[in-house]
Amino acid sequence: MKRFLLAAAFFAVLVLLWEAAYRAKIWSPVLLPSPRQVVTYLEGAAADGTLLKATVITMRRLIVGYLIGLVMGLPLGLLTARWKLFHDTIGTLALGLQTLPSVCWVPLALLWFGQTEAAMLFVVVMGTLWSVVIATETGVRNVPPIYRRAALTMGSKRLHMWFKVILPAALPFIVSGMKQGWAFAWRSLMAAEIFVTILTGFGLGQLLHYGRELSAMEQVIGIMIVIVVIGLLADKIFFSPIEKFLHRRWGTSQA
Amino acid sequence: MHRAGRHHSSATEELQVIAPSKLAIENVSKSFRGASGPVLALDRVSLNVAEAEFVCLVGASGCGKTTLLNIIAGLEKPDSGTVLADGKPVRGPGRERLVMFQEPALFPWLDVFGNVLFGLKLKPNLTNKDRCDVAKYYLELVGLSRFEHANIHELSGGMKQRVSLARALAPNPRVLLMDEPFAALDALTREQLYGDIQEIWKARRKTIVFVTHNVREAACLGDRVLLFSPHPGRVQEKFTVDLPRPRDINSVDLAAHATRITKALKSLGQGEAIAAK
Repeated sequence: MKRFLLAAAFFAVLVLLWEAAYRAKIWSPVLLPSPRQVVTYLEGAAADGTLLKATVITMRRLIVGYLIGLVMGLPLGLLTARWKLFHDTIGTLALGLQTLPSVCWVPLALLWFGQTEAAMLFVVVMGTLWSVVIATETGVRNVPPIYRRAALTMGSKRLHMWFKVILPAALPFIVSGMKQGWAFAWRSLMAAEIFVTILTGFGLGQLLHYGRELSAMEQVIGIMIVIVVIGLLADKIFFSPIEKFLHRRWGTSQA
Repeated sequence: MHRAGRHHSSATEELQVIAPSKLAIENVSKSFRGASGPVLALDRVSLNVAEAEFVCLVGASGCGKTTLLNIIAGLEKPDSGTVLADGKPVRGPGRERLVMFQEPALFPWLDVFGNVLFGLKLKPNLTNKDRCDVAKYYLELVGLSRFEHANIHELSGGMKQRVSLARALAPNPRVLLMDEPFAALDALTREQLYGDIQEIWKARRKTIVFVTHNVREAACLGDRVLLFSPHPGRVQEKFTVDLPRPRDINSVDLAAHATRITKALKSLGQGEAIAAK
């Protein structure tokens, strides 16, 4: 409770500072709206449904792309960990492409897929995939050989070994790779939505973009806050419980 | 016992004491690639282990005793020679011969109960209830019933090795292979485990091959103690320890045996030092 109050106080002070900066008129009100204006915008956008619609569209792109990235990345990571040939080829490719900021895929995606949902998905998948491949491979390679040996003597082999020993043993690595993949996917999707206007749906990134076009700073800041909150919620709802479980079981710090 | 036409067994059957194996190791050689050419870890080693015998392998580190244990387990293949368990050649790892490693190889993603259950789940023809009953029985045997749902990292070193022991015993193997299982424990915990392992060995009738570099430990546990010499690994000398059980590691009689073995071990070291010159 005390921690919660302190955190709440921190954010209250932050908003007060913002309000003070607005009142001091250091910047033009066009550039820095008041917290009140931002709240008013958010209330309006929530009431007329634009906010919800944009959030749903963005989350759908994010989740579908992320899941495709996971479904492709996990097996690829296992292959690269298991066979040298895959390690030297796919593994090297993954390592290289992971260093590429995923916003760099946007021009290519536009040329290949045009202004479509497929372009969005492609960018999100590229953001997710390589981190997941690399984390899975690292995780599998770091499984202590003694686990395999112990399992072998008890009669575990092939698929049982993969699913009941190697994958669970690699779980801490895989989860941190999933988390990184999620962060990259989120960033790349926002970049893609800001750059690309597509007719199939207006996401949060596009609302942000039009806020800038219309010089509606309360919209820009309001959407930014929404994006931050979604990121926080995803972490708290999805990743925190998994990390807590890992922390409890393994007794390691997952900071 | 199985009646004709019966396909499932129950926990009570699973918990019956089964006949231990006898092991015959015949002319086993194994070499490794070392930094300066191949190293002969085992040189034509032959030995027999009787049913329900407790045999300890002692020797300096690097004398091939762990390699021999791994070969018996089927985790490594010998370059030449064979290992027979009850007359049948060992071709790979199997739950007839379970291993307890020096570092507890417990799975951190499972709790204590899950670890003991792991090997049982791989045994066909058991119902889940049987498996749970069996796991509970062995956890009780090693005195850890209260820690069924503890996570592995919450256990002390001694408790971890008790769980490892329960996990190795649960699938009811005929042979138990132990690779310096108590080396990393403190003296007090070790002494307790010496008592426990002798009791369990008596109750469950297993053939045990126990690798250690602690001579006193070997004299305390083994019916026989085999002294290994390094470079190349060979069985140098065999000692029979005919003290009554349960044995106390601190007893004077035991010390006499240990002294005899230590002397032989030391003379080996000197022989090697002379050879090196």
